[in-house]
Amino acid sequence: MSTIAPKFRLSYFIKSLTDNVFWTITLVTLVGLPFIQVMLFYLELPVIGTRLLDPYLALTILADPSRQIPLIKSLLQTELFRIVAFPGFGFAALLAAGTIFIERKMLAKLQLRVGPFYCGKIEGILQLMSDGIKLLSKEIIIPAKADKPIFWAAPVLFVGTAAAFVSLIPAARGGWVVADADVGLLTVFAIIGFFPVITVLSAWSANSKFPFIGGIRALHQMVSFEIPLILSVLGVVILTGTLNLTEIVESQYTFWWIIFLPIGAIVFFIAMLAELERIPFDLPEAESEIVAGWLTEFSGMMYGLVQLGSYLKLYAFAGLFVVLFLGGWSGPNIWPPFPEEIIEEGINVGPITARFPGLPLLDQQMLNDALWFVVKVVGVIFFILLPRGVFPRIRIDLLLHIGWYKLIGLAFVNIFIALALVYAGVLGPEGIL
Amino acid sequence: MEKVDERIMTLNVGPQHPGSGHMRIIVKIDGDYIVSAEPDPGYVHRGEEKMAEYRNYIQNIPHLERPVIHDSCNVLYPYCLGVEELLGIEVPERAKYLRVIASELNRCVYTQYWLAIYGIFLGHSTMFMWPAGDRELYIDMLEKMTGARVTHSYFIPGGIRNDVPANFEDMLLKRVNYFEKRIKEYGAIFYDNPILISRTRDAGKLSREDAIRLGTTGSTLRASGVDYDLRVKEPYDAYGELDIKVNTLKEGDAYARSKIPWLDMLESCNIIRQALQKMPKSGSVRVKLKPNPKGGNDEVYKRVESGRGSLGCYIVSKSQPEPYRVKMSVGSFRNLICMPYLLKGEKLGNMPAVYWSLNYWPVEADR
Repeated sequence: MSTIAPKFRLSYFIKSLTDNVFWTITLVTLVGLPFIQVMLFYLELPVIGTRLLDPYLALTILADPSRQIPLIKSLLQTELFRIVAFPGFGFAALLAAGTIFIERKMLAKLQLRVGPFYCGKIEGILQLMSDGIKLLSKEIIIPAKADKPIFWAAPVLFVGTAAAFVSLIPAARGGWVVADADVGLLTVFAIIGFFPVITVLSAWSANSKFPFIGGIRALHQMVSFEIPLILSVLGVVILTGTLNLTEIVESQYTFWWIIFLPIGAIVFFIAMLAELERIPFDLPEAESEIVAGWLTEFSGMMYGLVQLGSYLKLYAFAGLFVVLFLGGWSGPNIWPPFPEEIIEEGINVGPITARFPGLPLLDQQMLNDALWFVVKVVGVIFFILLPRGVFPRIRIDLLLHIGWYKLIGLAFVNIFIALALVYAGVLGPEGIL
Repeated sequence: MEKVDERIMTLNVGPQHPGSGHMRIIVKIDGDYIVSAEPDPGYVHRGEEKMAEYRNYIQNIPHLERPVIHDSCNVLYPYCLGVEELLGIEVPERAKYLRVIASELNRCVYTQYWLAIYGIFLGHSTMFMWPAGDRELYIDMLEKMTGARVTHSYFIPGGIRNDVPANFEDMLLKRVNYFEKRIKEYGAIFYDNPILISRTRDAGKLSREDAIRLGTTGSTLRASGVDYDLRVKEPYDAYGELDIKVNTLKEGDAYARSKIPWLDMLESCNIIRQALQKMPKSGSVRVKLKPNPKGGNDEVYKRVESGRGSLGCYIVSKSQPEPYRVKMSVGSFRNLICMPYLLKGEKLGNMPAVYWSLNYWPVEADR
């Protein structure tokens, strides 16, 4: 089949946009809003003003949508919102989906081709959704000799561990983090330590040769790169004197640690590429040597889950890099303040004045922080994706040489730089800066 | 029963493996080291040689180029030279130069395809896409010359099938210049890449003596430091009148073996430019043959330098319209012979690099 990409026309583009907007509005009003209204009966009812939100009050909201604002506002403060939407799983999954799209289009431009084009009308933006549907509808085949319970559990455990990693990344000031642990950095490394175990479990339970070799390679790679990863972070811990990720970000409001610890940042970045199994360190999935490595026997949505997990992991590592070295959410205020007159006077639409008590939903500071965090994370993800178009795959002995010899040495240099900065009195509790 | 060591694991790489091609390598590994590697070709045997005994000299043209359709002009070349000698035909001067041009274009098209696969075998996806796209430049030119994109059937005993269209020379010259500029960029992204060099340097080392002893040919032989190219040593058609530089490297490892075809492509661009200059601007391109020509009681062996090395064709004629026997001696099979020697003791990660650097085309080896 050979189809030629149609020429870009502005009218088609606008039409496709309006089509998508039309269907979104239709689906939200016909399905989304009724669903929310029905769910209201089953939720624990919060107190609005001085009154309990009973079904009667909830129904009056139908007559006046502006009354939903306090409800939404109280929802935004719940733990559930943080876990499900921001900065938890939903936010990470959305960024992961964006990452896959950007990766495909960027690689395509680099390699002089088009990339996803037809799905979703605009530049193949819905390609990921169609891939997901395809994976869901595929048959799951399990090898006859596999250890079935462990083989089934491995993809779920993988996604679960990746999601636990995501939950530790703070996205904005004011407690916008799912789990604000005082030993956050230690917890991060405790969770990263699960990945090789899961990989080896799944590889061994498949009872097949290629997954076995891939699993052993993944174990070698992850274990030997965890050490430079931890050592490279020690510099930041020495300078800040805390393991709490939120406090590490707050210590960087004046300058970022990458200015003082560039070697640590480079070591962390390379070790991160190896932990993520990205090219040039994708040995556990080396196609021309061991088919698909430890993923060979996964099929259908089991494979999809592993992919979801690995992209969640990608986001979490990029977020961790931003938090440790690039100042997390700190940045100048660029988000426009919410217009005061809408809060005080409402909006005049002809003879009617619509008032919205309780606005704004989120304060300006938090939105600004989230924006800066997303910008930085996307920037780091871009640099994680870039080697895929430039480098070939490395060999296992060279990989171990880099990990055990070069990166660990550089990480120690980084620690001495940090110690020198503290003892010279430049940084730290009694430092000049 | 042979006692089996429990440390040894046997891997069947192919025929349904992303890194094998149409063949199987039975690899035995001890940890990450290859203890023995046994190539097992024959999955795409099509009996081209037997088929040739049932068809007359003209009917043999389309199916004899099937072993390597990406290099179809070069595969057909020795057969046409042999039949011309059997029938006693002299090819017109213009056809000789057009044959050289078509054959060099085809060598580049084949090498680009080979290079694309070499790139993806090493996990370099950009090196897969770039050559696969730049191939189109020459495929378009070959389409203008011959009418077909891949399977040209362009060479026939007595010349070539048809002349090139008007202002073909100018178009070709532009494309050759652009193509040369493009493939020089491969050096920056692929051949000078530090990871590639550290990975393929000293992988699968083949010394000069071993290369000659094992009977390798083409780029594998030249990468081991042997200055041997049939275009220079036994010039055929118009090659004798052109100035050709033979690229050799001394190292004999996978990196050198992968670099030689790239250098050959650059040299091909020079050859095409020279041929365009020296080619007669007009004249006949084909000698009319009698219908159903018969050879005498004779035998002939002709060989040319293809994209994979020396490619010979041995034709026995018994005064019949059909050849009595056609035997093809292909470069792929000769290079395959040294694979077990090279892979023994290598790391598993080097397997794709060493295997594909031998410039081996499974379909050609099986014929």
